Amino acid sequence: MIVPQDLFTSAVMDAAQPVPNGLLDGQNRPAGRRFNVYRNNIAVSLTEAMHQAFPVITKLLGPQNMDGLAGMFLRAHPPSSPLMMHYGAEFPAFLAQMPQLAHLGYLPDVARLELQLRRAYHAADATPVDAALLSSLDPDQLLQLHVAFAPAVHVLRSRWPIYDIWRFNTQADAPKPHSEAQDILITRPDFDPIPQLLPQGAAEWILALQNDASFGSAYEAASQLYPAFDLTTPLTMLLQGSALSELDRKG
Amino acid sequence: MLDSTLFHHLPTAPGVGYKPQHFEDIIADPGSVRWLEIHAENYMGDGGRPLAQLRHLAERFALSVHGVGLSIGGEGPLDPDHLSRLKHLVGWLNPASFSEHLAWSTHDSHFYNDLLPLPYTNTSLARICDHINQLQDTIGRQMLLENPSSYLAFAESTWDEPAFLAEISKRSGCGLLLDVNNVFVSATNLGFSPQGYIDAFALDQVGEIHLGGHDEDTDDHGAPLLIDSHGCEIVDPVWALLDYTLAQSGPKPVLVEWDTDVPDWPVLENEAARAHAALQQVQP
Repeated sequence: MIVPQDLFTSAVMDAAQPVPNGLLDGQNRPAGRRFNVYRNNIAVSLTEAMHQAFPVITKLLGPQNMDGLAGMFLRAHPPSSPLMMHYGAEFPAFLAQMPQLAHLGYLPDVARLELQLRRAYHAADATPVDAALLSSLDPDQLLQLHVAFAPAVHVLRSRWPIYDIWRFNTQADAPKPHSEAQDILITRPDFDPIPQLLPQGAAEWILALQNDASFGSAYEAASQLYPAFDLTTPLTMLLQGSALSELDRKG
Repeated sequence: MLDSTLFHHLPTAPGVGYKPQHFEDIIADPGSVRWLEIHAENYMGDGGRPLAQLRHLAERFALSVHGVGLSIGGEGPLDPDHLSRLKHLVGWLNPASFSEHLAWSTHDSHFYNDLLPLPYTNTSLARICDHINQLQDTIGRQMLLENPSSYLAFAESTWDEPAFLAEISKRSGCGLLLDVNNVFVSATNLGFSPQGYIDAFALDQVGEIHLGGHDEDTDDHGAPLLIDSHGCEIVDPVWALLDYTLAQSGPKPVLVEWDTDVPDWPVLENEAARAHAALQQVQP
């Protein structure tokens, strides 16, 4: 009549399994549906965590469909740590392999965006560089510059219009998404992460900078692909987003 | 930045479980609330608003760190990564108190996000004391262990709960956190006297009292089945059990928990004011 935690967990995660023998009510009768309190607590709390973590996915699918998906997900991927702020990392890949969602090909990338926004919210703080320092450099010095990024900064690339989809589902009077690939820059100027649409070439430029290329060589890489690339807009986005944390004028 | 000598102990006054949506209200006017309790796992990110708010609150209020994920009652070893995270948090925050649960939540490296029950046997007693010793050695201070809400009992149990908790406290040197709502819920669900439970409890080891709201359901036989939900106001019989407890224990830090369907600040502050009134009855 011993109930090991192996047996308890397998029964608590599968309502089709019988309630383990050895669990009783106050009068030594089988516990019966009392065991369902634990089943419900786990399923409801993890489902609620998924709703909070993926509000746009929830809106796109509808809350009831999200409940069903979360129920499958939480059984396939119970949390691997008590840090619920990290729960759901496998959700984009989980969405991608659901045959019944194959016609909504953008869902995994939207889920990636929501994951990255949550990561940015909890990312380490950083002291941003002074924009005045940057504008004090002459053009040669600027081209030699290497930069470090605040931990909250992330570039997300998609073959779907994920910025438009995100905005359409989170902001009133946002335009309907057009079908085009979009790149997103996430920054956290204060405490709230902000996703912004990057112009063509900017993702290449920022990713090169993140790989420790100088301003100059990152610019060359981006403008080879997109001759019209202008770094003014993405540089302004980085500065206003407190995205740059260190300057290093390597020779 | 933090003055670590500010708050050595929780005051024998009302506290509430901290919710970020109440931050502005608490800073503006905490009412009768003198201290705050946070769930440890919500403050284990690397930065951003949660930690900034916590640093701010720590300068004004005594804080209690309440862990909900260590799985002290687990059959397996404690998660060394989680122990390190707790050590880090308790180290920089230097709270007035740290507490955890007589429960488990992790098995085979999966975290089940609930406080799961365990049998009270000599085997589980020894394991729990080992885990508490390991935790107390890691964080370098005494912890408080909280009594659970029970929905069922284990046929294999050989200890009753107050005696089991008293023995854990005696062997490991931990203090106890007495949740009087949990006592009321368990007593209703398992058919024992809540006052009898309090009478048998090691009240001199209690460093903190919890109370909160519960939901009502029924079991297969139509008997009442109360569920510890922390999602509504505290019912009168639980307030009466608080009075009964305080009359025996004397003043203690008393915390109101409200974790789901969190109300506007005035509703929660009103519950804290009621705890304040209960404490006034027994202040020396």
